[in-house]
Amino acid sequence: MSVKSRLYAAALTSCLLAGPAFAQSVNLYTTREPALLNPVIEAFTKDTGIKVNAVFLKDGLQERIKAEGANSPADVMLLVDVGQINEAADAGITQPIQSALVDKTAPAALRGPGNNWVTLTQRARIVVASKDRVKQDAITYEELADPKWKGKFCIRAGQHPYNNAFFAAYLARNGAEKTEAYLKALKANVARKPGGGDRDVARDILSGQCDIAIINTYYIGLMSQAKNEQKGWYEAIKPLKSSFAGGGTHVNVSAAAIAKNAPNKENAVKLVEYMLGEKAQHLYADGNFEYPVNADVKEAASVKLLGALTPDTTPLGDIAKNRKAASELVDKVGFDN
Amino acid sequence: MSQAVISPANGRPSHLWRPSTRLALLAALAAALVALPVLSLGLTALSREALAVWPHLTANVLPAALGDTLLLLAGVAVFCGIVGVGTAWLVTQHEFPGRKNLEWLLVLPLAMPTYITAYVYVEILGFQGPLQSLFRALTGYRSLRDYWFPDPRNLTGAILILGLVLYPYVYLSVRALFGMQSAAIVESARTLGASRWTLFRRVALPMARPALAAGLTLALLETLNDIGASEYLGVRSLTLSVYTTWLNRSSLPGAAQIACVMLLVVVGLILVEMQSRGARRFSLPVKRLRPVGRSPLPRGAAWAASAACALPVLLGAILPLAFLFGEFLRRDLIAQADAAMLRSLANTLAISAAATAIVVAVGVGVAAAVRLGREPWLPAVARLASLGYALPGTVLALGLLVPLAAFDNLVADASRAVFGASPGLLLLGSGAALVIAYLVRFLSIALAGTQSGLARISPRIDDAARSLGAGRRELLRRLHWPLTRPAIAAAALLVFVDCMKELPMTLLLRPLNFETLATQVYGHASRGVFEDGALAALLIVLIGIYPAIMLARAGNGEKLAAGS
Repeated sequence: MSVKSRLYAAALTSCLLAGPAFAQSVNLYTTREPALLNPVIEAFTKDTGIKVNAVFLKDGLQERIKAEGANSPADVMLLVDVGQINEAADAGITQPIQSALVDKTAPAALRGPGNNWVTLTQRARIVVASKDRVKQDAITYEELADPKWKGKFCIRAGQHPYNNAFFAAYLARNGAEKTEAYLKALKANVARKPGGGDRDVARDILSGQCDIAIINTYYIGLMSQAKNEQKGWYEAIKPLKSSFAGGGTHVNVSAAAIAKNAPNKENAVKLVEYMLGEKAQHLYADGNFEYPVNADVKEAASVKLLGALTPDTTPLGDIAKNRKAASELVDKVGFDN
Repeated sequence: MSQAVISPANGRPSHLWRPSTRLALLAALAAALVALPVLSLGLTALSREALAVWPHLTANVLPAALGDTLLLLAGVAVFCGIVGVGTAWLVTQHEFPGRKNLEWLLVLPLAMPTYITAYVYVEILGFQGPLQSLFRALTGYRSLRDYWFPDPRNLTGAILILGLVLYPYVYLSVRALFGMQSAAIVESARTLGASRWTLFRRVALPMARPALAAGLTLALLETLNDIGASEYLGVRSLTLSVYTTWLNRSSLPGAAQIACVMLLVVVGLILVEMQSRGARRFSLPVKRLRPVGRSPLPRGAAWAASAACALPVLLGAILPLAFLFGEFLRRDLIAQADAAMLRSLANTLAISAAATAIVVAVGVGVAAAVRLGREPWLPAVARLASLGYALPGTVLALGLLVPLAAFDNLVADASRAVFGASPGLLLLGSGAALVIAYLVRFLSIALAGTQSGLARISPRIDDAARSLGAGRRELLRRLHWPLTRPAIAAAALLVFVDCMKELPMTLLLRPLNFETLATQVYGHASRGVFEDGALAALLIVLIGIYPAIMLARAGNGEKLAAGS
């Protein structure tokens, strides 16, 4: 056993320590999906000669960088969801991004306090409906609470981060009392227990289980490209022009930040700038049908598919602040029960 | 009769024995390592502000979450108990068509990650799945508004799906015991006129209790800690509350408190089970360990037995595999079989093998310490060393993160001070952190496996060997090792499969540029296209098949009898 284990250990060490020798490198910690990021990473390395070392995480990215402390290899963080991004900044693991190019490309409203993060793409959460069974082409989120949708509304779990941010935006706009009533009314309308993924609601519209549902727009884009039965889900639904009453469409963001103890700070800035450039914005935003922040990017796939975006003006910071209260309200009304 | 078998002896080696100090130290060290994340979690939980999560939890979350969790656990326990014990009894006691193959096939579902099985069943039973399509073609219905069809996205679905993946834990441990049952008891019972059913109920089942408890403990802890499948299927479990408290309400201390309370409940339940088993011992006299002759079944019953054993295999492994393979072909995923996939495969094999070797070595060491040592604290230490399995993977990884990173920083700073250069993060940067995490999490599998093997060797045999002048080392080498080898091999293979499909800790603790098959599957699933991960998922299962076959062989009573 011990000889064997020594052999294994040796094999493992040689596996782990062998890495290609690039003169320049940058270390990326991200919660984004490898399939989405890899094309951007490859383009960056090709254009700049800087090698990207990546670790694709899920929950706990912030805790890991915090624990790794002064010796953390992390240079750049690419994150999704304004709550996670704000928390990273609040936890003190980021540093201000000092780049005139970044400031010029992304408007101040899309940058975090003290320039500690910058939005790369916007992700809209909208209402979709059955092409056959629903007449209207526009809707307010408030209208989803109308009893006319009783037994016809589908949504994933209320505690999922996408819905959590959506309800937090509602809360920021309308206050706790109205939000609680809203959640109760939505719950009264559901056709099935909230659960599954965002795409499942499209399938459930096709199957006739529900008529109307909430979905992140990029799933619509991905289904439109699908070569399997998901194409059928796509064909069964139509996106409705969705907005808060007297406001715009609910958006969440994906963003970049530079780690406080970044050992390759210069390269980190280069990577963030690159992510905001036209080429990367096309790859990164179009790859997932998200809305690019760089105004020079024309004909983004998301815009071609769904039209231009009118984001709601509720500040991202307010949405982040209301997440906890929104999450508690979801529990209180038993939304996911 | 039962007196002869269930020895009332106190099981402790007699006072003549010098306790093995080195092994006892190892046990203490292992327990300390496992205690590390638990302590770190406990420290995180010590926050006065975090207490604020409790009023909300008790008012709005716990009633529903406790109910769901208890129903889920009870359902999975009943499912795994019936399927695991039933199939184990059939394959060890009876002869029927296909028995030899079914014996190892029954282990296969274990190689499926639970969340994959969940996705697959939602697809298979879904509106466009084969079953509903056929149903519509036959009936002429067009929409789900016209008919009802079972939907797996609920508590019942979660119970069935988790049960299908987890029953092999029970099957394996119980089968090992049935396979070794003293032929004498079975034959005596038969001579005394016991029917097959009485034999099962009055003799086999009571004797299988420790094995059933061991298998069920693993299955239920795995259920309790599952997040992927139960979240996808819409179960509001306690573990989900840990996640929402941490992530949506930004309260890691609050989440740690919930996790600690869950841990206490788990420890309490395990203690209650041990207490109720009491001082009874379940060891067997070794000399009678010749295999029980399998009795042939009448024709109809034989085919029924074949069907009963084939069904869990079909639903738990073959159907999901066929689905994955279909997706693999339909999507031309062969293009994914590139250098990156090969690297993931190599990484998976290397780290799982390394971790398994270490986990098993430590597990055997701790078990030996408990068996031979006289220190009164050893059994408690062994319990402590098993705690890692009782925490959700991500929570455990979070608990490990702080001490591991602290160690890494210490080394890095010291080395910079002395040599002027730093090796970077030694553990977190190398994958060693991952091996440590697997050790903490899966030690209980190796430990419990070895202990259940040792428990079957009567302490009287130790006494006999000692009176013949055998030393401690000799006793271990010539008696315990050959007799427990099959149990240890079985545990090793379980650990290997578990390491291979482990996801949450691997995601959080792996170094840069390090992908495994499980993280590849997750990468696709997180984009909502889990079907694109079919190749990686297939590889996990295919690698799992080999251990499953070995497992079936290792657990064979014949081998053991021959070995002794």
